[in-house]
Amino acid sequence: MHSFEFTRPENAATAVNMAAQAKTSQQGADIRFVAGGTTLIDLMKLDVETPARLLDINRLPFDKIEQLPDGGLKIGATVRNSDLANHARVQRDYSVLSQAILAGASAQLRNMATTAGNLLQRTRCMYFRDTATPCNKREPGTGCPAITGSNRTLAVLGTSDQCIATNPSDMCVAMAALEATIHVQGPKGERAIAFGDFHLLPGTTPHRETVLEPGDLITHVTLPPPRAGSRQVYIKLRDRASYEFALASAAVVMNQTGRNVSYVRIALGGVGTKPWRSPEAEAVLAGKPANAANFRQAAEAALRNAKPQSENKFKIELAKRCLTHALQTAANG
Amino acid sequence: MSDTQQPNSQNPTRREFLSTTGTTAAATLIAAYVPLPAHASEEAVNNQPIIDGAVPITLRINGKERQLRIDPRTTLLDCIRESVLLSGTKKGCDHGQCGACTVHVNGRRVVSCLSLALMHDGEEVTTIEGLGTTESMHPMQAAFLECDGYQCGYCTSGQIMSAVALLKEPCGPDDASVKELMSGNICRCGAYANIVEAIQQVRKRA
Repeated sequence: MHSFEFTRPENAATAVNMAAQAKTSQQGADIRFVAGGTTLIDLMKLDVETPARLLDINRLPFDKIEQLPDGGLKIGATVRNSDLANHARVQRDYSVLSQAILAGASAQLRNMATTAGNLLQRTRCMYFRDTATPCNKREPGTGCPAITGSNRTLAVLGTSDQCIATNPSDMCVAMAALEATIHVQGPKGERAIAFGDFHLLPGTTPHRETVLEPGDLITHVTLPPPRAGSRQVYIKLRDRASYEFALASAAVVMNQTGRNVSYVRIALGGVGTKPWRSPEAEAVLAGKPANAANFRQAAEAALRNAKPQSENKFKIELAKRCLTHALQTAANG
Repeated sequence: MSDTQQPNSQNPTRREFLSTTGTTAAATLIAAYVPLPAHASEEAVNNQPIIDGAVPITLRINGKERQLRIDPRTTLLDCIRESVLLSGTKKGCDHGQCGACTVHVNGRRVVSCLSLALMHDGEEVTTIEGLGTTESMHPMQAAFLECDGYQCGYCTSGQIMSAVALLKEPCGPDDASVKELMSGNICRCGAYANIVEAIQQVRKRA
């Protein structure tokens, strides 16, 4: 591990000012906030991340889950994943979020990992994690060996000819379906970012994973008021039953009026270069009967633009069945 | 190093033996690294030569306050093993994938390899050494013994630390729930069935 200076800023403003001196934003930057450390310390050991300065934000006052006046929920940046997943209101009103978090990592890691850290979780692509190989995300312009190499677990949606790395988060998939908002304090003040606008597609700049700018500190995430009577399901398919990243996952938030779908939000995990909200699948179902044929059509729409690589064509059908199953489970209540 | 080190040569423990023989071989390879003998006193620990850039830290480990100076890169795991010289916590993968390094921080289980010691300045750490003693074992330690919840033993301290934490976590009554919550602790010997049995035994008796 490269040496670094370890600082604990006493308040958010100081943290922002210190981080604003970084040349680039959060991921891969020379100045990094650290909270749980489960991604960052791992990548620092591999020399994938080599920050010169770590700013420990664990003791900033961002560790609360609070009810908002509008009935929504405010989740602090350093709330641990286990606390979020086991929170009574989250389990009652946003159960897809609880299910998704509990489907990820291990109990120990969930005790460490934070809300903001999970938003910035980095890909498990083996080429990204191995500094002996080229990687456009890690070292822009060096190439992507995954496209012609080992890509069984990599993305089929949102890829580019520069990067096919999968976003590994489960939490983010649920937050995409719940239409969360990410709140940031930056050098120019505070701002709110819609969940769908937060993560970037790789395109020609796979090293840029979010819209965060140098100094931007995620302070909290808000969830809109819960959908009364909604059925929420997270289904995750993987190589083993527990403690493994998704090959495909699906988050569904659905309301029915009689037999028809009156509201539905759908997001996929394990198949996209970012947490994959699917307005195409939602459009297929809006106002339609909640039945197997329509669920399958929605899944077809979600994966219509999927681009398989040499080893991961199976993921397209897997994701379709995953989503169909999630929708059916939601419909069955 | 081996000239000055005086382990109990009449009845060397396994650890002292490995420490002595290992030191001889390693000394020529890594001249800069000077491991302390396994039986080094606490004073010796606190008087470690100050490394460039070392910073002070206070940890409360197993109820005892430890004031140390460490390189900022030191993980909580390495700090526990190399600075505090508590070797019960094991290093397996060193990347948060195996659970061998599981300890409790402020009462919650974490993998100590993915945390910097500095992030825990002033916090309460419990390791396997803080759970019980040979004479007075924690019920989970006793259950692992009784149910034969291990083979080689390398993952065992991590398994037990996880299992003890699990007792206070939301967990269904069935074996499947226990297995799910213990999935972060890998056992290459495959003692899983007996580990689950040990945990369930403690839960049923509680």
